[in-house]
Amino acid sequence: MSSLDELYQNVILDHNRAPRNFHPMPEASSTAEGNNPLCGDQLRVWVRVEDDVIADVSFQGNGCAISQASASLMTQAVKGKTREQALALFNGFHDLVTGAPGDPGALGKLAVFRGVSQYPIRVKCASLGWHTLKAALERADGQITTE
Amino acid sequence: MTQAVVPALDLEAVRDDFPILAQPGLVYLDSAATSQKPRVVIEALSRYYSDQNANIHRGVYRLSQGATAAYDAVRRRAAQFLNARHPNELIFTRGTTESINLVAQSWGGANLRPGDEILISGMEHHSNIVPWQLVAQRTGARIVEWPITDAGELDLALLPGLLTDRTRLLAVAHVSNALGTVNPVEQIVAAAHQRGVLVLVDGAQSAAHLPVDLQAIDCDFFACSGHKMLGPTGIGLLYGRESLLDQMPPWQGGGDMIDQVSFEGSTWAPVPAKFEAGTPNIAGVVGLGAALDYLGEIGFEAIGRHEDDLLSYAVARLDEVPRLSIIGRPARRSGAISFVLDGVHPHDAGTILDAEGVAVRAGHHCAQPVMRRFGVPATVRASVALYNTRADIDALITALGRVRKIFG
Repeated sequence: MSSLDELYQNVILDHNRAPRNFHPMPEASSTAEGNNPLCGDQLRVWVRVEDDVIADVSFQGNGCAISQASASLMTQAVKGKTREQALALFNGFHDLVTGAPGDPGALGKLAVFRGVSQYPIRVKCASLGWHTLKAALERADGQITTE
Repeated sequence: MTQAVVPALDLEAVRDDFPILAQPGLVYLDSAATSQKPRVVIEALSRYYSDQNANIHRGVYRLSQGATAAYDAVRRRAAQFLNARHPNELIFTRGTTESINLVAQSWGGANLRPGDEILISGMEHHSNIVPWQLVAQRTGARIVEWPITDAGELDLALLPGLLTDRTRLLAVAHVSNALGTVNPVEQIVAAAHQRGVLVLVDGAQSAAHLPVDLQAIDCDFFACSGHKMLGPTGIGLLYGRESLLDQMPPWQGGGDMIDQVSFEGSTWAPVPAKFEAGTPNIAGVVGLGAALDYLGEIGFEAIGRHEDDLLSYAVARLDEVPRLSIIGRPARRSGAISFVLDGVHPHDAGTILDAEGVAVRAGHHCAQPVMRRFGVPATVRASVALYNTRADIDALITALGRVRKIFG
């Protein structure tokens, strides 16, 4: 597989075309906005936390396929997880996309983003949704940037 | 009457002059971001540091005098290149951005009053917007936008109404970095001057592609960057009308810009030294001189003819690509073509084009108002210079095929 095909795997292209959990959430317990000034990628993440568990999560935004697909797959991955589990997933994901040693097996479907490590400039795209989720989990509302 | 025959560009010889173009598989279509450098420029830098290096305007020794002479000679060369009235009207800066900041802070800081208006074209690079916003915040002046048309041109019909009794300065690009539009700056300057409004022309995208005749354009300020015109990074030019520069307060203080210094107060050197505090980028100036000589030798008639051919070829080829839209259809284009692909974000296109060896810019091109005007988050921009070939355009088209193959 060429590094380009590895970057743009079918799962990623599919989530870019049809992002999951792509809607606002009026009943959210918190939300945060993230943007990548370099690319102009923008998104907003909503979370509804109940008893420390992410009961529901959604996002909306626009940007490149990597940023959109990553946010989409992230919402699927963290739903039902505790805050701590979600942040641990983020750490594992970050290691994956930056090429740090780690166990991609623990990441499940998120492992499709392994190709990003060959494209350092796209790491910010892949992690934008996660940074924004983290901000939403940490505070009621806020601006987060990957710069 | 027969027209003088301009020799065609010897493309092969030109390409041989640029060492980086020998890299296999490199298709460089990002000269609007920065141009590549001919060997004469690279060698001028090396020769300066090997044989000539000394500080200028200071030493009584031979080496310093030589460096000073080389530095001052480039100012004269630049004045000739841009057809300024006098070399003293040219100030060496770090680049276009610094040139515009100098004018905004020095001229703007001293002359703008609350309620004054700065008219800025809707196709400006952020570097011709933000410096004016900074000085507007300080002085209470107001920014007014001059909108652009669907074709990506300035709406000339709107200009008379936008030039009010409060307008003090009009800031406009000679050529748009995001759209490639060539603006009729002579006409614009004449209209502004009729209302007593000064004009700053951002020449970052024109100086390497079009002959710039400052006396014909008659603008009050003109800014350009060495690195976009085959020269080194970190060196640029500001042209200012001498009567304006004389009255403007210094911008930065330091060595070389003073007449007398005491703790009670200091007096300033005359222009251009007044605006060149500290040891300047001497090597950059020397390299810029070599770049100007190189461009001058080839000549803008040959360059213009070659680049016009490349651009019309590129527009025609891009128009054949399904689900691709060119952003901006200016009657006169130079340098750049922006486009978007249906269903593909420009950054994804940029990554795939890069995998095919094609270097383009994907993003907002530091022109977010232009992106908003056309309702796109970003574009892919291909830009050409004198060393590009039709084969480079063909490579771009082929690579765009791969984008479609991946994204469907």
